[in-house]
Amino acid sequence: MTIAIPSDSVGLVQPRVEHFDEPLALRSGAILPAYDLVIEIYGTLNAARSNAVLICHALSGDHHAAGYHTLEDSKPGWWDSAIGPGKAIDTNRFYVVSLNNLGGCAGSTGPVSINPETGKHYGPNFPIITVRDWVNSQMRLMNRLKIGKWAAVIGGSLGGMQVLRWAISYPERLRNAIVIAAAPKLSAQNIAFNEVARHSITSDPNFFGGHYLEHGTYPKQGLMLARMVGHITYLSDTAMSAKFGKTVTDFEKQGANFGRDLRTGKLSFGFNADFQVESYLHYQGERFSENFDANTYLLMTKALDYFDPSVDYDGDLTKAFEHSDCSFLIMSFSTDWRFPPERSRELVNTLLRAKCDVSYLEIDADQGHDAFLMPIPRYISALSTYLGRVHEELGEDAA
Amino acid sequence: MRPDQEIIQEWIQPGSRVLDLGCGDGSLLLYLQKSKGVRGVGLEIDAGNIEQCLRNGVNVVEQNLNSGLSNFRSASFDTVLLAQTLQALSKPDLLINEMLRIGKNGIVTFPNFGNWKSRVYLWFKGRMPVSKFMPHQWYNTPNIHFCTVKDFDALCEENKIKVLARTVVDSQHQGSWYMRVWPNFLGEIAIYHITKSQQ
Repeated sequence: MTIAIPSDSVGLVQPRVEHFDEPLALRSGAILPAYDLVIEIYGTLNAARSNAVLICHALSGDHHAAGYHTLEDSKPGWWDSAIGPGKAIDTNRFYVVSLNNLGGCAGSTGPVSINPETGKHYGPNFPIITVRDWVNSQMRLMNRLKIGKWAAVIGGSLGGMQVLRWAISYPERLRNAIVIAAAPKLSAQNIAFNEVARHSITSDPNFFGGHYLEHGTYPKQGLMLARMVGHITYLSDTAMSAKFGKTVTDFEKQGANFGRDLRTGKLSFGFNADFQVESYLHYQGERFSENFDANTYLLMTKALDYFDPSVDYDGDLTKAFEHSDCSFLIMSFSTDWRFPPERSRELVNTLLRAKCDVSYLEIDADQGHDAFLMPIPRYISALSTYLGRVHEELGEDAA
Repeated sequence: MRPDQEIIQEWIQPGSRVLDLGCGDGSLLLYLQKSKGVRGVGLEIDAGNIEQCLRNGVNVVEQNLNSGLSNFRSASFDTVLLAQTLQALSKPDLLINEMLRIGKNGIVTFPNFGNWKSRVYLWFKGRMPVSKFMPHQWYNTPNIHFCTVKDFDALCEENKIKVLARTVVDSQHQGSWYMRVWPNFLGEIAIYHITKSQQ
């Protein structure tokens, strides 16, 4: 079935691969001799090459942030709610660059790629990648595209951490840092959830120490479980109740399942999925396990765990931002319990102490951590207003 | 430019760091950025005002003043502003002291409840004053801590706060010689420039 492309969509888009031959020294000490980055670009670069914006993706994201690859696509890119002509990240104004990060499984070099040295998949031998390594590779992409300074680098969650790293490592290469639903580093609870996810993958009998592709299989159960746990942490209690408690009046008539919709209208008195939330999680987990590489999942969660820019500054994050002369926009969501507003406020206070230009919004939203992907009016409006200002200032500079 | 802002800007050093508590739509900071080259940030809780600040290119942080300012380091700003917000705070005395911990000096403006119009209203009507300027009823007003010029002078004295300058204006923000003579009776808006007394 073909779809009609909405008028505020970037439309049909085509990814392209950029190959890099210059070896990339990673934070772990390992060296990636050569690599590919798969990217998508929306909008047009202006004559001054000043209107480029970089989008950094989160744990399970990729380069396909907006538009459609084919007319048969059931869904647009992962951040289509914010990127497009006339949208908050306005492709009529900005040249929007989006990539799949190293270690990913959507086309950039990662565990599913063939290691030229062995002729086999990298699998578990793909080096551990950190946020800093991603930003270094994004920097090379920036140079390849002949962009001197990003008008803005934008990201949510793990993407927001890449934005912070940009502001610390290459402050002279960006004007604005937009950090959404992120944290300056993970809490012990965050790491604990990641470890549950990793453990469920590595203990799956089909994991084969990460060499599952050579065995013609994949750790489906492990990936499913990892995603199910992850998914719970992305939603708020309120969001789950809203999603699975829609038929409140029916259940009030029947009795007792307020906010916990049953699948069939009665209990099974067995261990099958009785409640809709259960089958929803199964569905989410299953779909994810079919589309995402387990080794990539392990790498992404490690990148999250390792992120702490204060390590180079004796644990003092303020020092890390002392040379960051870009402007910051930080946003958090009220019911996000993965990276709650307090974590963003911690970041804002650090930036204030470092005498950085910073604005901060705490958006009321029921959707939990996932809110950063949703078209929440105040959030989208603020992003749009801020970027409108960014665009105006580009004009002032050109004049 | 509102005349009270005209008065305020004279007390701000060019190129200084300014924190504006309850910055509204950011118009004062915008003016100070343009005319004085200050580097500023405002605190605000109203979503519409916050977005207007973003539109104006003014740094704004969503923060409730009633939750305190402990996240700001001592002496991290040159001037801390509190314009027309004092009367809406739950603990105005604590906030004034916090202002002078964070800033080398502070500027406070507030509606003077000792003004003759308020006195006449209460005297003749026997009810809490309501005007075009202060349109709320007693039960729904955000203004929970009204004070007079004399009250504020007393607060400064008790808290060892030095008044560097004080002026009063009417609701059109015009000053006059007779207001300078009888500030608590004739002034509608009081504007103070304060700092911590050297012990």
